[in-house]
Amino acid sequence: MEHIRMPKVENVRLLDRLSSRKAALGTLYLTATHVIFVENGSETRKETWVLHSQISSIEKQATTATGCPLLIRCKNFQVIQLVIPQERDCHDIYISLIRLARPVKYEELYCFSFNPKLDKEEREQGWKLIDLNEEYNRMGIPNNYWQISDVNRDYGVCDSYPTEVYVPKSATAHIIVGSSKFRSRRRFPALSYFCKDNNASICRSSQPLSGFSARCLEDEQMLQAIRKANPGGDFIYVVDTRPKLNAIANRAAGKGYENEDNYSNIKFQFIGIENIHVMRNSLQKMLEVCELKSPSMSDFLWGLENSGWLKHIKAIMDAGIFIAKAVAEEGVSVLVHCSDGWDRTAQVCSVASLLLDPYYRTVKGFMVLIEKDWVSFGHKFNHRIQERTYSLWAHLWKNRADYLNPLYRSDHSQTQGTLHPQMAPCNFLYKFWSGMYNRFEKGLHPRQSVTDYLMAVKEETQQLEEELGILQERLANLQKSQLDNDKDKSKQQDQSKQLGLFNSSNSLANTPQEYSSDLKSFPSRSPSQGDEEDSALILTQDNLKSSDPDLSANSDQESGVEDLSCRSPSGGGCLPSEDSGKDSDEAVFLAV
Amino acid sequence: MLRSCGCCTPTLILLKKEKLGGKPSLYLISNHCRIPRMELKKWTTTSKYQIKRFVGSLGTIIIKCKDLRIIQLDIPGMEECLNIASSIEALSTLDSVTLMYPFFYRPMFEIVEDGWRSFLPDQEFELLSSVTDEWRLSCINKEFSVCPSYPPVVIVPKSVDDEALRKVAMFRHGSRFPVLSYYHKKNGMVMMRSSQPLTGTNGRRCKEDEKLINATLRPGKRGYIIDTRSLNVAQQARAKGGGFEQEVHYPQWRRIHKCIERFNILQESLIKLVEACNDQSHNMDRWLSKLEASNWLTHIKEILTAACLAAQCIDREGASVLVHGTEGTDSTLQVTSLAQIILDPRCRTIRGFESLVVREWLQAGHPFQQRCAQSAYSNGKQKWEAPVFLLFLDCVWQILRQFPCSFEFNEQFLIMLFEHAYASQFGTFLGNNENERSKLKLPQKTMSLWSWVNRSEELRKFQNPLFEANSLVIWPSVAPQSLQLWEGVFLRWNRPSKFLDEAHEEMINIIKYNKELQAKVNALRRQLAEMETDDKM
Repeated sequence: MEHIRMPKVENVRLLDRLSSRKAALGTLYLTATHVIFVENGSETRKETWVLHSQISSIEKQATTATGCPLLIRCKNFQVIQLVIPQERDCHDIYISLIRLARPVKYEELYCFSFNPKLDKEEREQGWKLIDLNEEYNRMGIPNNYWQISDVNRDYGVCDSYPTEVYVPKSATAHIIVGSSKFRSRRRFPALSYFCKDNNASICRSSQPLSGFSARCLEDEQMLQAIRKANPGGDFIYVVDTRPKLNAIANRAAGKGYENEDNYSNIKFQFIGIENIHVMRNSLQKMLEVCELKSPSMSDFLWGLENSGWLKHIKAIMDAGIFIAKAVAEEGVSVLVHCSDGWDRTAQVCSVASLLLDPYYRTVKGFMVLIEKDWVSFGHKFNHRIQERTYSLWAHLWKNRADYLNPLYRSDHSQTQGTLHPQMAPCNFLYKFWSGMYNRFEKGLHPRQSVTDYLMAVKEETQQLEEELGILQERLANLQKSQLDNDKDKSKQQDQSKQLGLFNSSNSLANTPQEYSSDLKSFPSRSPSQGDEEDSALILTQDNLKSSDPDLSANSDQESGVEDLSCRSPSGGGCLPSEDSGKDSDEAVFLAV
Repeated sequence: MLRSCGCCTPTLILLKKEKLGGKPSLYLISNHCRIPRMELKKWTTTSKYQIKRFVGSLGTIIIKCKDLRIIQLDIPGMEECLNIASSIEALSTLDSVTLMYPFFYRPMFEIVEDGWRSFLPDQEFELLSSVTDEWRLSCINKEFSVCPSYPPVVIVPKSVDDEALRKVAMFRHGSRFPVLSYYHKKNGMVMMRSSQPLTGTNGRRCKEDEKLINATLRPGKRGYIIDTRSLNVAQQARAKGGGFEQEVHYPQWRRIHKCIERFNILQESLIKLVEACNDQSHNMDRWLSKLEASNWLTHIKEILTAACLAAQCIDREGASVLVHGTEGTDSTLQVTSLAQIILDPRCRTIRGFESLVVREWLQAGHPFQQRCAQSAYSNGKQKWEAPVFLLFLDCVWQILRQFPCSFEFNEQFLIMLFEHAYASQFGTFLGNNENERSKLKLPQKTMSLWSWVNRSEELRKFQNPLFEANSLVIWPSVAPQSLQLWEGVFLRWNRPSKFLDEAHEEMINIIKYNKELQAKVNALRRQLAEMETDDKM
């Protein structure tokens, strides 16, 4: 709390990025964990909460007549534009946030103070939800070829590996330790995925310290052990996910890649994925495109291409597909590495696993996949953290209904076996993921969600099923009682209760308005989106002023989809005049 | 193997597998042959063909179709190959409309309703009369004597007589005087369309034109003229006798210029886009720059924006609108028809959309025969070729994608219309206007597309399972992030659809099962209620 110089500022304006004319007036609060903006207005208390650690950058812009603008960019791609009346307040907020957004100790992180009111047992259960040993068992391991090794107990061999790793049975501790000494950060080859249908596997490691000519017998034996663990495979692929030039450059630093002459029966392959620095710049450039104010189609496509983002996505997909094919179709094991083996290697191994195994396409399986390829093979937090924080997986699992795809069916052909996505660019398409990168600009997204609609239908179906059971039971009882000529009054009470249930579900299905109000994230009705302005309207906002106040008042009586655009307050002003210059005639409309 | 059905000019190419696993045979089907129903499914219409190569005695013909499909035929025997190639060449470039397939097509289905009589102007006017009496049906163009590209009857302001209309027609390009396109029931505002006024360089004016346009305004109200050309283009048009409405002569109107491209610019855009989509090389960068260079999505954005603007003027600003470009047969119709889809829930039903296509495209005189002659594989020298209607359908698809529950029809319906606009067994899209259609006696000599579509077995394919009637105005987003390439048309032949179909099937099943359960529960409830009433008595 000592970092908060200013806990509360009033008369702050929150700007809408899509429309500079629209701003919400409210109060800004700084708490120990969140920045909170509360809109003024008696009816709906609209709040915007941002976790401090969610903040990616804070930018204080030049003071204007209306106040001092503060731009907060978040890691989840939300961009918050505030205007604070007093420069001094703005500065205090700025300084406070800079400190709050950059914790210096783990203990400052929100997860240490977050308390979902679970008892100790529940918390421990939460941490046990995803169990990697269970996952390897699911793959069929340990077996004749693979075993669990405790060579890395107490992180003695490699401090960024898990304590329990799966390695070929024939790889002795001597071989593992020897190999680890020949690999960057001692990240020796370990099992990521095993295909029990054909014994082919995906292993991962970091680059070898081969330099220009160095060799390591144990490392060569390690790769041979991986090959032998797949009796059907005559060779293994070694996939270096770096661009060839980068790998060659690494040799000068005593690192590099496997020489095919030194390792028996390997096929070496480069698949050029750029490094994190290139990726970070690319993301930055793409986000700049996302932030453009009313870009033209060309601006957008050109900017998207120039960012290279989709090229990177495609490179990762290509690598994943190559590996999945090698495993599923050729039955050949693959060793994947990049430099340290924790960025590109994690990307590629997890994409390949996802394509290969339907389990990873379930909610639980996807959590397992991230735990397996990303968390466990990265830096491992001290186990003691589990005593003081809660597991994300347990939290997500509890709310899994929010993440279900209504069209998923475990008996569909696409749910079985290996996926073979089309990878020609036109098939892959330019699919800019606006749901992710423009997530907070709801005005850009489809106004009706098929997923939400179908989930509501499915939910209703379930209610109907239950009701059908009850009704059938009652019918049977009634028929029986009629036979017995027994008039039991108590049933009438029962009936009215049932009718109530039915009516509610019936109206749910037959009147669209009621239906959509039931869909919480239906854009047409969601309160959080109620004031979204339509972009088409924004284009013309400056030119067109409502000449008929009654009409704009009318629009508030309407419900549903139109709500999105109808609340734009249009002030006074008159129609643009041709006399005021030819430009005014086209300016705003043609700006698009 | 090549088989000929004998007799004169064949119009269909038919590939047929005689037996399962057997080699397919190629047929060139004659006009006069009776075509069994099963075989009909495979017919296709060529846009262009190439002989690719000869290897030994095996010849290869590549047929590029108007629906963007590319078919490769390997034909044993040099002579047969050349024969087929020249036959296809001749058949795909028929110079007389009356030799086209619709004149020989015999329907294999029972005709429940004659589509030629499904959407008559009188019915449309009857609907209008029930809400306003300010308009009248004019038969001034009965013999197509006033405006060759207008239908025989048009809706005009009641206060303007035919004599005045004749004078207005003289003042408008191609005699396309302002007529009613849409009446917005909510506030009584209207959308009209016309062609450009013939003001020329010396600022000619026409009192009757001014009177007609003003007659559509309520007292004290203002209106907007949406000119689909940039101000620059509109100004240049004056040199050729065209022009735009001067503010001084139309003081109650504000002019807004939008820039929607026309003719060869659109055609080149389509050609480039289809080239990009057919490029199977694996380079992401080239794909994006090709997509960008095609400008297709830019055109989509421009057209949609103009339509949103028109709809906004009517619904939000409470102003009437007049839309025109140069001839009033292309961009004008894109804007007026899309604005109606945004504003009017009726246009989002199957029947309503068909009616919209009839009113705003066929009767309004969009020259389908000129615009939809060759499609994307044309050699680019077709002066009048332009994918104006395809752009309109693409825009509808964009709105459908943003409001997936607000349309009674699905994507397949739009794709079907695209196909039939370019090549069809039905006469609906033949000719350039009602005048030509009447001269060709299409209603007597050909079958209407609507006769075929509006049967329950066909309609089923085009229904959107997610449809929930939405009586509201729907405002699409025109931001680049919200617009996408229409894969259903442009990647239709390049992508496997099995998994998408499977997902679609699942969606239908979820909704079907829900409805069945509802019916069951309803029936049980009634039964129980009856039994319990009996019980009490």
